[in-house]
Amino acid sequence: MRKSDALSDRLDRPWRKPPLIKSPWLRRALAIGVTAYLAAAIFSIEVNWLRVYEGLDRGAEFIMSFARLDFISRAGDIWSGMLESIVMTVAASVVGIAISIPIGLGAASNIAPLPIYLICRGVIAVSRALQEIIVAILLVAIFGFGPLAGFLTLSFATIGFLSKLLAENIESIDKAQTEAIRATGSKWMQWINYGVQPQVIPRLVGLGMYRIDINFRESAVLGLVGAGGIGATLNTAFDRYEFDTAAAILVVIIGIVMALEYLSGLVRARVQ
Amino acid sequence: MPVFPLGNDRLGWTRRTPAERLVRWVGWLIGVAVFVWCWNRISGVTTWFFVWDAPRIAQDILARATPPRWSYMDHLWVPIWDTLNIATLGTLIALCLAVPVAFLAARNTTPSRVFVRPVALLVIVSTRSINSLIWALLLIAIIGPGVFAGIIAIAIRSIGFCAKLLYEAIEEIDQSQVEAITATGAGPLQVTTYGIVPQILPAFAGIAVFRWDINIRESTVLGLVGAGGIGLQLSSSLNTLAWPQVSLILIVILLAVVISEWVSAKIRGAIV
Repeated sequence: MRKSDALSDRLDRPWRKPPLIKSPWLRRALAIGVTAYLAAAIFSIEVNWLRVYEGLDRGAEFIMSFARLDFISRAGDIWSGMLESIVMTVAASVVGIAISIPIGLGAASNIAPLPIYLICRGVIAVSRALQEIIVAILLVAIFGFGPLAGFLTLSFATIGFLSKLLAENIESIDKAQTEAIRATGSKWMQWINYGVQPQVIPRLVGLGMYRIDINFRESAVLGLVGAGGIGATLNTAFDRYEFDTAAAILVVIIGIVMALEYLSGLVRARVQ
Repeated sequence: MPVFPLGNDRLGWTRRTPAERLVRWVGWLIGVAVFVWCWNRISGVTTWFFVWDAPRIAQDILARATPPRWSYMDHLWVPIWDTLNIATLGTLIALCLAVPVAFLAARNTTPSRVFVRPVALLVIVSTRSINSLIWALLLIAIIGPGVFAGIIAIAIRSIGFCAKLLYEAIEEIDQSQVEAITATGAGPLQVTTYGIVPQILPAFAGIAVFRWDINIRESTVLGLVGAGGIGLQLSSSLNTLAWPQVSLILIVILLAVVISEWVSAKIRGAIV
């Protein structure tokens, strides 16, 4: 009779969406916890609403400045900063990708012996945990101002990103192909070149293009801490409230990122 | 895959035809030339004396930075709380804004492919290409320094990221479920709630946690430009060359990054 009880419970009632979290106890605890945290968080923020209100004019002015971009009055700074950003991006991507291939091979558990695997995974973990800006600050302190610090920062960050994804890709390759190459009596290098490399190249190219894109975006902020690139010019423009110039720089950055994204789409479509 | 005679009835095999090899060789030549040119530009503006001196400077800094000044921890609890709030509230605001943008940008839900979709895509690409530090610089110029500027900077930067991943998820949904809901006579809002939302909810939760993790990283350095959080302490310690404090702050940041990554990996693992 229990079945018909359950049925009669539901009859003559509209359907209701089942709750996302089944246990009502957990649901309530989560709701209370989230509300308490949000209340505490919002309460602890001090907002100077008068300052914000005053700033609205400047915000409107900034948005309007996109209508009258000023590439001219600081053309020299913009050009040299952009060139430096691009140069840093290219050099760091090349070096970073070149270093991350052996580290990626070493961090793949199906290829590397255990000691090398652990060392390479350690390098990746360190590189991923330290963010670009902090690395840049330390390297500027050590190597002095200039694009060399930015170049080293971006190379270091590229290694962590690319090696990890490459290693994961190598770990999931098709074993049959590598065994077939090994069965021909290949040496280790030949085995990597003909058994492993063809399987991971499409992914590597795609990831490499993506990383170039990220490196360019990061190179735009490294200048804030003195590591070269367009960031210094941008910082100066904001400090002097030259929104027309700042907007021009932002438009150039967005344009280059869009171009890179389009290019990487083309390259990836060709490789795959 | 060209095969060629070696003489005395044997056949040789190479991976590529001579023409392919030539094209590749020229490609590599251009690539190497570009890299060398970039490297020359970097090395041209580098003071090499500082670089050769770097190991000594690094040792010097390390000696000054150890041991970390543990007692400074008392001054760090509030900045850590601020950093957490910047990341969390920024992510929440970004998600609220990213959902409508994603629905406007997805091919299958956008009201107009000609007018609305390009605008939504422009919002996505422009917010995504500009680093949160630059957004913070801009917002500090507009609404003044503080935690609030940091929250808004993180929020704006995250819109593009979340909306891009979300609209890709919306485009990949199973259309038959939407048709089934439509067949019951549901209105557009009901179709969205019962046909589309349940399908993208796991992706949405994953994106939210993933972005929160990235935002914790980014909010630790926002203070460098004055947008609140632990970066403020880092910046002032760096400016006063208080290396023991710097090393303590770096340890705290590293811990925060590792913990947030662990939490986000756990939550994503539970969702999928």
